[in-house]
Amino acid sequence: MRHEILFSGFGGQGVILSAVILGRAAALYGNKYAVQTQTYGPEARGGASMSADVIDDEPILYPKITSPDIYVIMSQQGFDKYGADAPEDALMLVDSELVRSRPECTCIEIPATTEAKENLGRVIVANIVMLGALVTATGVVSEDAIERAVLDSVPKGTEDLNLAALHRGFELGRQ
Amino acid sequence: MTTRVFEKWYREDRLPHIFCTGCGNGTVMNCAIKAVDTMQWEIDDTVFISGIGCSSRAPGYISTDSLHTTHGRALTFATGVKMANPDLNVVVFTGDGDLSAIGGNHFIHACRRNIDMTVICMNNMIYGMTGGQGSPCTPAGKISTTTPYGATEPTFDLAGLAVAAGANHVARWTSYHTKELTKAIETGLSTEGLSFIEAMVQCPTAYGRRNKLRNAIDMVEWMRTHSILLQKARRLEAEGKPIPEDHFTVGEFVNRHRPAMGVKR
Amino acid sequence: MQGNRACCEGALAAGCNFFGGYPITPSTEIAELMALKLPKRGGTFIQMEDELGSMGSIIGASWTGARSMTATSGPGFSLMMENIGYAVMTETPCVVVNIQRGGPSTGQPTMSAQGDMMQCRFGSHGDMATIAVVPSTVQEMYELTAKAFNLADRFRVPTFVMSDETIGHMREKIVIPDKVDIVPRKPLLEGKLPFEPDEDGVPGFAQFGSGHRVHVTGLTHDERGYPDTTDPEVHEKLVKRLYNKVESKRHEIADYDAVNTEAETVFITYGPCARTVRQVLHDHPGECIGHLNLRIVWPFPEDTMKLFTNAKTFIVPELNLGQMVREVARHTTGEKVVSMPKIGGHIHTPAELYRAVEAER
Repeated sequence: MRHEILFSGFGGQGVILSAVILGRAAALYGNKYAVQTQTYGPEARGGASMSADVIDDEPILYPKITSPDIYVIMSQQGFDKYGADAPEDALMLVDSELVRSRPECTCIEIPATTEAKENLGRVIVANIVMLGALVTATGVVSEDAIERAVLDSVPKGTEDLNLAALHRGFELGRQ
Repeated sequence: MTTRVFEKWYREDRLPHIFCTGCGNGTVMNCAIKAVDTMQWEIDDTVFISGIGCSSRAPGYISTDSLHTTHGRALTFATGVKMANPDLNVVVFTGDGDLSAIGGNHFIHACRRNIDMTVICMNNMIYGMTGGQGSPCTPAGKISTTTPYGATEPTFDLAGLAVAAGANHVARWTSYHTKELTKAIETGLSTEGLSFIEAMVQCPTAYGRRNKLRNAIDMVEWMRTHSILLQKARRLEAEGKPIPEDHFTVGEFVNRHRPAMGVKR
Repeated sequence: MQGNRACCEGALAAGCNFFGGYPITPSTEIAELMALKLPKRGGTFIQMEDELGSMGSIIGASWTGARSMTATSGPGFSLMMENIGYAVMTETPCVVVNIQRGGPSTGQPTMSAQGDMMQCRFGSHGDMATIAVVPSTVQEMYELTAKAFNLADRFRVPTFVMSDETIGHMREKIVIPDKVDIVPRKPLLEGKLPFEPDEDGVPGFAQFGSGHRVHVTGLTHDERGYPDTTDPEVHEKLVKRLYNKVESKRHEIADYDAVNTEAETVFITYGPCARTVRQVLHDHPGECIGHLNLRIVWPFPEDTMKLFTNAKTFIVPELNLGQMVREVARHTTGEKVVSMPKIGGHIHTPAELYRAVEAER
């Protein structure tokens, strides 16, 4: 089955890395096919950046998303630009601290930034909390696959922090 | 001896050359060839590279591998040759228009990188091949086809530019000072890093004809009388005396050992 | 793996040992990876002062025998045009990667386009023929970049990898082969002049430092390499040879997929638009829709169009206002040609292309 997952947030939050990790989990550790793409502007920080994964059991022909079934929104600007028109049968995870609006589709509020700041000590891992929540809320890839992909992708020395963030995300996504 | 040197290093089947009667480029080429021969470099390990213009025709007459490239870009090709195979000896011939106008940025960066090569600029103060247009080195007040009322822009001091940009060895002489020029090129060839030799040359056809220096001897004489030794210029400067108008300095501007790139392995 | 990384890996597998470049979005990852990887393999990476310099450096390196490459995007590609012509005239093998973005001018640095397809063929002054490969997947980015080196060496011509932001920045899984075929350039044989062609129209290569004492010039030259700029016959003979050594081999060089060759409506694509067409074919299995995807667009292999013997309409989607469609139209024998231009940075959706099929019913 073809899944289209859209990530949006502001530049610097790691939304492109999130899509890269999820795609890696699916393609290298999930026995599926995945294509990761992105739309970005000239800003290295700020702005509304977007990245996406297409994940499928079959080879992926058309590589871009046309109608995402899963949204991960981490900023209000990202919601306005990419999330406001989400179809009703989609599922959206929002960072409850940073996104005020709520969509018409099913919405799961994840306090990822709050968790990252207050309980994990580093706001930078908010995207990993979101990834964990995404996996348990949707089952798009397995927990094992995402864990291996996270470990592949994060800087040396930050493995424990990122795994803690991921596991906290797993819990938040299950609720 | 000299004949044998020239027979060895020049392509006889390319003669006659295209330089005008009285042109100073041949003198500079001869000085360069003498210096290269003194270094006992092998023909097959040496590459001459040039851009576009009168000066840049020189490599075509020399029997080594040679690359006659595009206008202003010789140093970029030379960078590729030397960085890909540092075992080759690289000498670049260029002119004032080629080097300082269209190729100015490449000049600065080649000096900054201090790549192990020798760059010889035949500065005739004019665009010769295209028929006498003003260059960044045309002196104030002088006539060219594009400065019909006299050049009004300040000129580039190429040797000064090379020093500021980081070349390890920089000298300026003229086609009158053949011994000094040959010696300077020799020093350049044996210096690790970029050596820049500015050789002022006469161009009676495109420059002299419009500036009351119609024959070669007049122009060479002008260079002799208007060049002032660097040491003397510095002494004048220290004494607070001005360098006479229309004069230019000759000598060795720098000889140093900054880290160099593309040095023979 | 990201497309731009696959480009580097393909180049390295093909023996690329010199990279001269200048940063420009969306190609920069290629220079960054080459800076990281080449020195460790005994190769040379140099960041030049501009793209004029990048192109000059890879030509210089190539004459020492290096397999040399640069990578850029539109504005840098424009700056390279002068020395690309020099590489054509002097028969210098080199690979130029263009990760295309929206133009003209600075345009859309982070968005996808295919606006430089004619520039890579006709962008430098004078008559010439070049080779251009176009990947539609990250896997093909790897394979075609490697292939570009062999083509460049075989024909002694600058060879372009005309990719785009979509494929360059896309990540997907690829399978890296155990080894890549490397076909080195043939050396100049004893008794031959440095620019005297063999039967295939290509002279043996007189590498610098190998004792051939070759003179290389961008001026019109004879077989010795010596300038001869006023004899019309010398110029005609040289330029026609440079043109024909590539163009006359276009059907041998051709690299393509032809699907549903019995179809009446046929898409002709290159690059990412192929992905959309494949989706359309997949979503409408009962309909016979033809698809010709070109992995090499220059020299243009017009015979591949003749494989579609029932073709009534050729539809050409591309990320520009209609460039290769002109080449398609030039070679039709009565078939209708529909241009499907798209600019702005996104590739066509399957729905957009299917509507074009429906319109032909």
